[in-house]
Amino acid sequence: MYVAAKGGERAIENAHRLLAQERRGDPAVPELTLEQIESQLTLAVDRVMNEGSLYDRELAALAIKQARGDLIEAIFLLRAFRATLPRFGASEPIDTSAMAVRRRISAAFKDLPGGQILGPTFDYTHRLLEPQGTEAQDEPAQAEAATASMPRVTDLLGSDDLVEQSPPDTGETPGDLTHDPLGFPADRDLRLQNLARGDEGFLLALGYSTQRGYGRNHPFAGEIRMGDLEVEFAPPELGFAVPLGRITVSECQMINQFRGTATEAPRFTRGYGLAFGHCERKVMSMALVDRALRARELDEEVKAPAQDEEFVLSHSDNVQATGFVEHLKLPHYVDFQAELGLVRKLREEFAASEPVKEAAE
Amino acid sequence: MTAAAYNFAYLDEQTKRMIRRAILKAVAVPGYQVPFASREMPMPYGWGTGGVQVTAAVLGPDDVLKVIDQGADDTTNAVSIRKFFVKTAGVRTTTDTTEATVIQTRHRIPETPLKANQILVFQVPIPEPLRYLEPRETETRRMHALADYGLMHVKLYEDIAHHGHIATTYAYPVKVEGRYVMDPSPTPKFDNPKMNDCPALQLFGAGREKRIYAIPPYTNVVSLDFEDHPFERYRFDGICALCGSDESFLDEVITDDRGGRMFVCSDTDYCQGRRGEKVPPKAATEAVRD
Repeated sequence: MYVAAKGGERAIENAHRLLAQERRGDPAVPELTLEQIESQLTLAVDRVMNEGSLYDRELAALAIKQARGDLIEAIFLLRAFRATLPRFGASEPIDTSAMAVRRRISAAFKDLPGGQILGPTFDYTHRLLEPQGTEAQDEPAQAEAATASMPRVTDLLGSDDLVEQSPPDTGETPGDLTHDPLGFPADRDLRLQNLARGDEGFLLALGYSTQRGYGRNHPFAGEIRMGDLEVEFAPPELGFAVPLGRITVSECQMINQFRGTATEAPRFTRGYGLAFGHCERKVMSMALVDRALRARELDEEVKAPAQDEEFVLSHSDNVQATGFVEHLKLPHYVDFQAELGLVRKLREEFAASEPVKEAAE
Repeated sequence: MTAAAYNFAYLDEQTKRMIRRAILKAVAVPGYQVPFASREMPMPYGWGTGGVQVTAAVLGPDDVLKVIDQGADDTTNAVSIRKFFVKTAGVRTTTDTTEATVIQTRHRIPETPLKANQILVFQVPIPEPLRYLEPRETETRRMHALADYGLMHVKLYEDIAHHGHIATTYAYPVKVEGRYVMDPSPTPKFDNPKMNDCPALQLFGAGREKRIYAIPPYTNVVSLDFEDHPFERYRFDGICALCGSDESFLDEVITDDRGGRMFVCSDTDYCQGRRGEKVPPKAATEAVRD
C-alpha cells in the first residue's frame, strides 16, 4: 500500500544530529580548538575572511570548524553573520606603501629599493610529502624588521611615466555592492569589490585563461607584498582619525601590455589585486582579471570570458553560485510533473505521425 | 603512511623512457611540438616542470649540471631546481657554462657560446607560438600541419603599422629548418641568433601544456621578419656596471627611489668570468661527454 512521504521535521532533526556526529569525528581523538585552526590553518582562515568579507580570525576559525573544513560553507556562515552587523562608518583608505612588510617580491626587477623579501612562502619548497616535516624546526632566521623605505614598484616606474598613474581621487564615495545591487556597466570600484569577494578558484581559472590566450594582457608581477597595516577610522564627532586595529593584507600590482595613442606616449597598463591576510593566489588572479575587465576602458576588443564584465561579475560569488547549483537538490516535483506531461504529449504526437513519414519515403 | 623512495633524478624509469621517446621524436622533427604525458612534479606548474622532466630524462650520473634563471645561477628558482637534482640525482653541479654538460635555463641562453655535446634545456610556459593569435589548440595544430603561418605575419605587420616596430621583445617567433614556426620560450629576442647553427642540442619542455620540442645541433633557426623590417637584436645601449661588457644582455637594477638605476649582466657566470672572479673549472674538457 502506498504511504505518502511525510515526517520532514523528524528527518531534518535526525540529519542535523548525524551532521554534528560526523563533524565531531572519532570521539577518541581530541576535538579541534579554535586556537588551533586560527593559528595553524592560517591560510584557510585568510580565505574565509576574504570571501566572507569580514576580518575576524576567530569567527573565521569557528566557521571553518562548524563547516567541517568546507571553506565555501564557512564563507557562507561568515557572510550570513556579517549581514547582521550594524555599520557605523567606513575606515580611512589604507596606504599599502606604509605597510610593515613581511613579504615583498618583484618579478620585474632583480633588485630595487627595500630589496626582495621572500618571507613565509611555499614557492621554493619541493612538494615532497614529509610526515615529520610539518613540525617547526629550527628558529627561523630573524631579519631586522623591514623598516627601510619600500616604495611600490608602480610608484618607481610611475615617476618616469612608464606606467599609468593610479586614477586620481575623485572624492566620490566608492560603491558598495553589499548595499546596492550591481548594475552594468560597472565601474572599477565595484568590479574590484566584486573580485575581492569573489571565489578564488573562479578568479584563478579566469586569470589562467588570460595567460593562455583568451584575453591575453602580457602580465608581469610588478610587485607582490604582504604585511600588516593599521586601520584608522575618523568618527565625525572627533574630526580626526583614530586607530581601530591592525590587519594583514596582500597586494599585487600587475604591470601589463603597454599602450599608446596618437596623443599619448606608450606606457604600461596595470591590474590590481588586494585581499585580507596572506592570499597571493587570490590577489594575483584578481589583478589579472581586473586588467582583463578594463578592456572596454582601454579600447580593447572584448572577446574572451575574462574580459566580459557581466559574465565575470555575475558568476564570481561562490555563496550565490553554490546556492543556485545546489538548490537543484530541492524538490522540483511540480515543475518536473509539468515537463513530464509535455514530453508524453509530444511523444504521442510523434508516434502518431511516424507511419505517415514512412509512407512518404 | 608509506615511506617514499625515489628513483635517480626523481622520475621512474618508465616515465623517463616515455620522455626520451618524445625527445627523440622532437629531435627528428625539429621545431615540432611533441605531446607527452607530463607528470605532476614536486614543484608547481610554471616553475619549470617541463624543463625538470626533460633534464631528469637526459641526466646521467656523470653529468655536470648548471641551472640558471634570468641568466643567473643565484636566482631563487635556479637555486631550488639545482638543489632538487643534487638531492634526487646526486649529480655534480657547476655555475661554469663551459664545464656543464646539461644546462637548464629559464628565459636566457648563456652568453658564453655553447659547445657540441652540451644540452641546453629550456623551461617553456606556452609552447605554441600561435597561441596568442588563436587560443584553440585544434586550430593551431591544423595551422602547423598546413604550415599556415599567414596569421603570424599579419600580427608582425600590424605591430609595424601600429608602433613602427615589431612589438615582440621576448618569445620572438622563429622558423626552424624552414618548416615549423616555434616559440623560443620567453627569452629576450637578443638571444634568438644564438639558437641558429648552435653546436649544442636545445631541448624545450612545457610541463603544464604537455609538449616537448627540440632544435638539433647545427640547425637553421631564423627569426621571423620582413625584408624591409629585418629582425633586430635588442640590447640596452650601455655597459655592465660590474664587468664593463658592452655586448651582454643587461638587467636594470633600481638603486633608489629618485630615479637611480644601474645595469648589470644578466648572465652572472659570464660577468664573474670577465671580472676574474671565477674559480677555474677543473678538468672542464673531461666533464663534457663525447
